[in-house]
Amino acid sequence: MIDVIFDTLIDNGLVFAFALIGGIMLIAYFISRYLTRGHVHGSAIAIILGLVLAYVGGVQSGGENGIADVQLFAGISILGGAMMRDFAIVATAFGASMDELKRAGSIGVLSLFVGVILSFVVGVVIGLLFGYTDAISLTTIGAGAATYIAGPVTGTAIGATSEVITISIGAGIVKSVLTMSATPFIAKYIGLNNPRSAIVFGGLLGTTSGVAGGLAATDPKLVPYGALTATFYTGLGCLLGPSVLFLIMGMIFSM
Amino acid sequence: MVIYGVALLATCMLVGLIIGEVLGVAINVEANVGGVGIAMLLLVLIIDTLRKRERLGEPTQDGLSFWGAMYIPIVVAMAANQNVVGAIEGGPLAIAAGVAAVIAGFLFVPVISKIGKGRSNSYDHREDGRPL
Repeated sequence: MIDVIFDTLIDNGLVFAFALIGGIMLIAYFISRYLTRGHVHGSAIAIILGLVLAYVGGVQSGGENGIADVQLFAGISILGGAMMRDFAIVATAFGASMDELKRAGSIGVLSLFVGVILSFVVGVVIGLLFGYTDAISLTTIGAGAATYIAGPVTGTAIGATSEVITISIGAGIVKSVLTMSATPFIAKYIGLNNPRSAIVFGGLLGTTSGVAGGLAATDPKLVPYGALTATFYTGLGCLLGPSVLFLIMGMIFSM
Repeated sequence: MVIYGVALLATCMLVGLIIGEVLGVAINVEANVGGVGIAMLLLVLIIDTLRKRERLGEPTQDGLSFWGAMYIPIVVAMAANQNVVGAIEGGPLAIAAGVAAVIAGFLFVPVISKIGKGRSNSYDHREDGRPL
C-alpha cells in the first residue's frame, strides 16, 4: 500500500510539488497570521521553510540540490529549477511599468558596476583576513562573493586551486541564501519600497535567486525591477573577474 | 485564448535567453548575459504596444498573470532546492565573505538610490514636452 502511494507521488513529481508547495504556503501564511500577527510576511516564512527543507534534504541525501535529492521530492527540482524560476520572473514583467524602467536605466547600470566591485573588494578583504595573500586565490574568493557562478568561472579561468574554488562557491551560496531570508527584515531600513530602489538593490546584490526570493518576500510588486538588473550581474562578474579585476589584483599582490 | 499569453511569455523568454547566450559568447564569458532581463524588456515592450492597439485580450492577460502569480510558490520551491548544507560546509571564510558581501550591498542601497533621486529632482521630465 505504502509502495503504491510512494510510486504514484514519484511518478507524478511535478504535480506532487504543486500540492506540497501549496501546503507549505498554507502553513507559512498561517504562522504569519497567528504566530507573528502579520508582522512577518507569509512568503518570507515560506522561503525560510523552503531553506529548512533544503537543509534537511541535503543532510539526508548528501547531495547538492536540497530536498530535491530525496527521491520522493524530486519533482521540486522541476518546479524550483532555473527554467521555471526564469519563466515566472519574466512573467512578473507583465506588471512592470515601462516608464519606471526607463527612468531608472542609468542608475541600474551604475548599481551593477558598484555591486560587482563592492562584493569583490569585500571578498578580497575577508580572504586577506583569513590569511590568503596571492592574487589568484584572492581574485577567486572576491568573485565568489559576487555570485556562486562568477567564483568558479573566474577561478577556473585563472587557475585557482579546487579548495579556493569550493570556498568561492560557498561564499556565493551564503550570499544567495542570506539575501533571500534577510531582505524582508532589512527592507524598511534601506528604503527598499519603490521601483527605483528595487532596481538598485538588484544591481548591488546581484544573486538572481537571492534577489528574486528576497523581493518576493518583501513586496512582489518590486520583483520585476530588481530581477531585471540582477540578471545582468553574473555576466558582468564573469566578465570583470578574470580580466580587469585579476589584472589589478596582480599589480597589488604576488601571484 | 489563454495559451496566447503563455506562448508570448515563452517566446520572449527563449528569445531573451538566446540573445543572452550569444552576448556571452561575443564577450567571451561562460555565462548567459542578461538573458532573462532582455526577455523582460521584450515582454514589457510587446505588451505596451499591444495595449496601445487594444490587441491584448482578457484571456491572453490571464495566461500572463497566472505565471506571475505562481512566482512566489516557484521561489519557495527554488529555496527548497538550494545547497544550504554546501553553504554551511564552505567553512568560516565562505560564510564571512558571503555575509559581508550582503551587508555591504544592503548598506549601499540607500546611497545609490539617493544619487538617482538627486538627479531626477533637479531635472524635470515634463520640460521635454514643453515647446521652446
